[in-house]
Amino acid sequence: MLDADSLSKPIFVPEAGAVTRPFLDRVHDWIITVDHKKLGLMYIAYGILFLVIGGLEATVMRIQLAVPHNHFVSPQLFNQLFTMHGTTMVFLVGMPLLFGFANYLVPLMVGARDMAFPRLNAFSFWMSALGGIILYFSFIGGNGLYGAGAAPDVGWFAYAPLTAQAFSPGHSTDYWIIGLLVSGIGSIGTALNIVTTVLCMRCPGMTLGKMPMLAWLNLVTSGMVLIVISPLTAAQIMLLLDRYLGAHFFDTQAGGSAVIWMHFFWIFGHPEVYVLIIPGFAFASEIIPVFSRKPIFGYAIMVAATLGIGFLSLGVWAHHMFTIGMTSYSNAFFTASTMAVGVPTGIKIFNWLGTMWGGKIRFSVPMMFCIGFIFQFLIAGLTGIMLAASPFDWQLSNSYFVVAHFHYVLIGGLVFTIFAALYYWFPKVSGRMFNETLGRWHFWLFLIGFHLTFDFMHIPGILGMPRRIYTYEPGRGWEVWNLIISLGVIFQLAAVLCWVVNFLWSWIKGPKAGNDPWDAWTLEWATSSPPPDYNFAVIPTVRSRRPLWDLKHPEDPDWKYE
Amino acid sequence: MAASSIALKPPEMPLAHELRGRVGMWCLIAAESAIFSIFVVAYLYYAGKSLTGPYPNEVLHVPVFNSICLFASSFTIVMAERALKRNEVKLFGTWWLFTIVLGLIFILGTAREWYHLIYREGLTISTNLFGTTFYSLVGLHAFHVIVGLTGLTIIMIFAALGAVTQEHENRIGVFAMYWHFVDAVWVVVLSVVYFIAR
Repeated sequence: MLDADSLSKPIFVPEAGAVTRPFLDRVHDWIITVDHKKLGLMYIAYGILFLVIGGLEATVMRIQLAVPHNHFVSPQLFNQLFTMHGTTMVFLVGMPLLFGFANYLVPLMVGARDMAFPRLNAFSFWMSALGGIILYFSFIGGNGLYGAGAAPDVGWFAYAPLTAQAFSPGHSTDYWIIGLLVSGIGSIGTALNIVTTVLCMRCPGMTLGKMPMLAWLNLVTSGMVLIVISPLTAAQIMLLLDRYLGAHFFDTQAGGSAVIWMHFFWIFGHPEVYVLIIPGFAFASEIIPVFSRKPIFGYAIMVAATLGIGFLSLGVWAHHMFTIGMTSYSNAFFTASTMAVGVPTGIKIFNWLGTMWGGKIRFSVPMMFCIGFIFQFLIAGLTGIMLAASPFDWQLSNSYFVVAHFHYVLIGGLVFTIFAALYYWFPKVSGRMFNETLGRWHFWLFLIGFHLTFDFMHIPGILGMPRRIYTYEPGRGWEVWNLIISLGVIFQLAAVLCWVVNFLWSWIKGPKAGNDPWDAWTLEWATSSPPPDYNFAVIPTVRSRRPLWDLKHPEDPDWKYE
Repeated sequence: MAASSIALKPPEMPLAHELRGRVGMWCLIAAESAIFSIFVVAYLYYAGKSLTGPYPNEVLHVPVFNSICLFASSFTIVMAERALKRNEVKLFGTWWLFTIVLGLIFILGTAREWYHLIYREGLTISTNLFGTTFYSLVGLHAFHVIVGLTGLTIIMIFAALGAVTQEHENRIGVFAMYWHFVDAVWVVVLSVVYFIAR
């Protein structure tokens, strides 16, 4: 039973530094661990490592495009850079970071001692890690037998027939296929684990209607991962069969179809965007209420909207394919279904605003990132509605307008919420507070950099600049915009530097945070910071959506009203 | 505290921990179903689009006996589960062995069919679109049968060593779900390949 005693007297945990063990022993501990918190942190570290790598790839591309007729990198290297940047950010940054947070937080939030299948959890992490290593090994090992190609250079969606043996002769495409196939196995294992943990491992009293929003949204995301990663796996198996056994799936000369690769890829690819953004919604739905000092507005509607987004997202994929010449019925259907996604998403935005409305808002760093997220995600949604209209898309498909749109979603939406989450849960994970001032510097620099880069990126797109070109002619009116876009990168790099310095310094020297620095309401704040291996000495019993509120306010508990 | 806890209803319990094996297997089945769906869609999409022969109606024969064996193995595995529930370990082993034999007959039947198609009819995965989609879809299923047979055999070895008892009923049940799934997929593959898209 969770009572006042267990909060005032934290469970005794031996001080981490009290016994110094040999370095190799500690590394060994991490490698063989099946603890959801360690695996979660390893996922997050892995995601951040590749975030830095993918960010540097983007930086190189922006240097190349800053001025016309630039020769900073060769066209061949540029192809590899945008392919690796896209693949890295989706598969080696987005998914691991989100799975890392889910791993760390879901068992704590539902009052469990670990995930449902701890060993499967470790297996999944190491499979994902292996996938990343295979993909990046292509930079040094991709020359292979044929002497052609290093890193994959076919774009992150690897359209046929460019991936056929005839056009992509070396092993670079194979590294792309195998790396993603292997990390896909890890994704399915983790998704399975999260679904099972949420459904079977909740503490007594925590019905589905009393779960924290983060657990709900991760349940939806993981359910989606189960059915959307598989089409990519299937399509990649087909591609391997085409490349090595002479099958004809995507071989037009034998009657195969290049378009069916697009369908299979985007059946995965579009829901994947929601797989990435829904955990971002989850962070916002946990952080905004705590910093507005109000429970989330419209809990049931929020859950319903998430399920609605998950369902609708499975039927919108061909809006990536308006320009290939589908029938007018298909165009109309996918335009309508894509616009329909705006309804549940709009509900969410209004609910976050409703949560803030009339609240006592504390402008701490996590909250600032969340507010940035709401406004930027709204704009990203608006350009999404524009692109969903198929005639508009015919004009702007494959232009920088599209690039600006999805970076607005994935950086303005997802990365902002990931930073919010990193700041919000940093005290729980490290036991120490971060530096608020440096955090604010991070926020404002990143905000300015983000808007310099991605607001202005819409304009060359409208002026006709296609994506994936390695250079361009002067005199088309693109130069000044490209220069501004590239200058924004400097601000973003400076912001990320502030964050790295802040976290490294705070991890060692920051002031002690205590168990519950934010005066929050979910179960992870009931245990010590960092939590002990077993999470809770006694499995808690909850009676409302805000168990810690009930505990702190016995005169006015939530369960009287829910 | 005592007074208030008497007045309250006991908190509702969520799904039991013991169900997590089954929930996990349902998740795996969902993911596997998605993979099979894509291969089935590819098969149907390319049906009748081969530019050259051999065509399905010339070379395919419905594998009646094989299919009966595979479907029967779902029945024998249920009988094995029931035997274990009653703690009749010997009977469990017998039904389990039957399941393995039936699965083996199926996979050997597939091997014979493929041998016939490759060496007598000259149909390989690179011959035409029919070959491409046929071998990949049926092969994906056969791969799952082989994985299932491997699992069945490992459990058979444990059973022979006397290491499978009533307390493993839940785990055996979870594994049986996978085997039922493999059978259920065969219903789809059989009807698509041998009846719908001939």
